[in-house]
Amino acid sequence: MTTAPASTATTVLEMRDLSVSFPTETGTVSAVDGAALDLAAGEIVGMVGESGCGKSVTGMSIAGLLPGSARVTGSVRLNGTELVGARESALRRVRGREIAYIFQEPMTSLNPVLTVGRQIGEVLQVHERMSRRAAHARAVELLTLVGIPSATHRVGAYPHQLSGGMRQRVMIAMAVACGPKVLVADEPTTALDVTVQAGILQVLRDLRDRLGTSILIITHDLGVIADIADRVVVMYAGRVVERAPVTDLFARPYHHYTAGLLSASPKPGRHASTARLAEIPGLVPVLSTQPDACTFADRCPAADARCRESAPPLEVAGDGTDHLAACWHPCPPQPREANR
Amino acid sequence: MARYLLTRAWQSALTLLLSTIVVFVGVRALPGDPALALAGEDRSPEALEAIRRHYGLDQPLPVQFAQYVERVAQGDFGVSIRTGTPVSSMLTTALPVTVELSVLAIAIASLLGVGAGVLAAVRRGRPAEWFANALALIGLSVPHFWLGLLAILYLSVATGLFPASGFVPLLEDPVDNLHHIVLPAVILGTGLAAIIMRQTRSAMLDSLSSDYVRTAKAKGLRPRAVVTRHALRNSLIVVVTVVGLQLGGLISGAVVTEQIFGLPGFGKMTIDAVFQRDYPVIQAVVLLTATAYIVINFFVDLLYSVIDPRIRVTGNPA
Ligand SMILES: Nc1ncnc2c1ncn2[C@@H]1O[C@H](COP(=O)(O)OP(=O)(O)OP(=O)(O)O)[C@@H](O)[C@H]1O
Ligand SMILES: [Mg+2]
Repeated sequence: MTTAPASTATTVLEMRDLSVSFPTETGTVSAVDGAALDLAAGEIVGMVGESGCGKSVTGMSIAGLLPGSARVTGSVRLNGTELVGARESALRRVRGREIAYIFQEPMTSLNPVLTVGRQIGEVLQVHERMSRRAAHARAVELLTLVGIPSATHRVGAYPHQLSGGMRQRVMIAMAVACGPKVLVADEPTTALDVTVQAGILQVLRDLRDRLGTSILIITHDLGVIADIADRVVVMYAGRVVERAPVTDLFARPYHHYTAGLLSASPKPGRHASTARLAEIPGLVPVLSTQPDACTFADRCPAADARCRESAPPLEVAGDGTDHLAACWHPCPPQPREANR
Repeated sequence: MARYLLTRAWQSALTLLLSTIVVFVGVRALPGDPALALAGEDRSPEALEAIRRHYGLDQPLPVQFAQYVERVAQGDFGVSIRTGTPVSSMLTTALPVTVELSVLAIAIASLLGVGAGVLAAVRRGRPAEWFANALALIGLSVPHFWLGLLAILYLSVATGLFPASGFVPLLEDPVDNLHHIVLPAVILGTGLAAIIMRQTRSAMLDSLSSDYVRTAKAKGLRPRAVVTRHALRNSLIVVVTVVGLQLGGLISGAVVTEQIFGLPGFGKMTIDAVFQRDYPVIQAVVLLTATAYIVINFFVDLLYSVIDPRIRVTGNPA
């Protein structure tokens, strides 16, 4: 597998050849197969792909949050320190302090019986050894930071007393409490309506600008990617099929799956859009069979015998060194015009 | 809140009145004439008539009932037909025994049940879970009168670790008191402990796989904090509900347990009264049980809103 040299900025997180499988009654399900990505300091990387393609599993595996049944191989390095297979106590020191998470459902992801102040304060108490009182005071500052009005009052509220957007802001406040180096945001805006969504993305951008946090944002929504990401990782059936700076990817997709995704996409810009993944004919392959072939072959318009016999590696495509694609027959330029 | 309390008080009063009527009528429908039981040797019609007049048994039922309610409202439960002592003084000696036994049983059952339930959920699929499940099955399926007899046989008679019967009031000698009451309390609590364990286990399994527990782990909390502060707090609501629902069973269990261990409590008093058709005592016992039930349930409901901030008591039934 060819890997792009890390961009000029320092690489904070380095994922190489990450594979995750789950033993089930009906056999082993391979959820992620050889995924690789880099996060540079202060960079926002978007990860897209259809439902079930392994985005969340990839995200969760970074800080070892998968259930005990998951079999994880490969490497995830945080500033050079290996996290795959690290001791649980070592991972606990990383979680919440250096790598923090935001999840999709802010309602169910917050504990219903604890005040939001308590839930934010908890992180500070465990990692910064703050007293409960100091943590509470800091929680108020954090709530203000993520744009919650009258924070002194809201800090004592329970999650059910807040709106969806505010709950997600609470989640963000909790995630950034210890100033993490990496923030994994798994569909942070999917459960919210568009105007609220724009506000949340703005908060994330502000955090990156202010704290220099690297953000991995997982989404179905190409609009979100166009709005916030610097670089994009496209996943298909457990594999990374294309990786590029956001403008390059939107301008010239190399993988036919990416091209399919983009066929109803917005242009990169500063506005959130509601555009969703376009329907691509065919079914997502069963993940329990990882053939020695391109997983997209059955749905690909350009597939031939070679695609069904060997899996294409993720290689530098085109002229740029940081545009990678895994395809034997990359799309011709401007594929969308060509289709018309 | 005020409206809630008002509704609640009104409902409680109605429940109390209804249960009083049911018992009042029910006791009088029992086969056997109390006058006969009281008469002893002299069963002449004149003697029986005199007895009936003395206890007001010759009045029509509604009149008897009205008189009864009036007296009870003044704290006078009448006089035991059997012993001639005022019922209220019988209650003051019997009630503390039963309250202590039940409170101790609930405490032991909650401690054991919650502990084993949490352990079974956290150690899912490992020996600890099988062990806890097996214990729960035994606790549920073995009737506690039998457990009580076994306990007396092995722990009292054979080894002399605990006294087989008798009671020492708490204020007289707390240590001796505990020595007498711990074994009955454990026996009384076994069934409840088993039920609490099962409910705790399933509630914990739910909350351990919830999103907020995932969040708690992602924050880097220690497993202990994740389990207690996050998962267990959310499971406690179930435990409180179960304890509330099982109180009726606990009270009847207390009657049996007191009988087995010869504790001079409420249960023993009730059984003696029923066999002797001691109306005033039976009535007082039922009235008190109903009151206790209502009061405890009220506290259980209040406890809900303490544990779970989403539940706020209102005047409207949810
Ligand atoms: N605990 C598990 N046991 C077995 N299989 C699992 C487990 N967790 C995830 N999977 C499988 O791994 C695959 C990838 O799941 P994942 O949640 O990463 O998808 P996703 O890309 O995040 O999808 P979505 O967009 O719907 O969130 C799915 O096929 C899923 O069934
Ligand atoms: Mg997901």
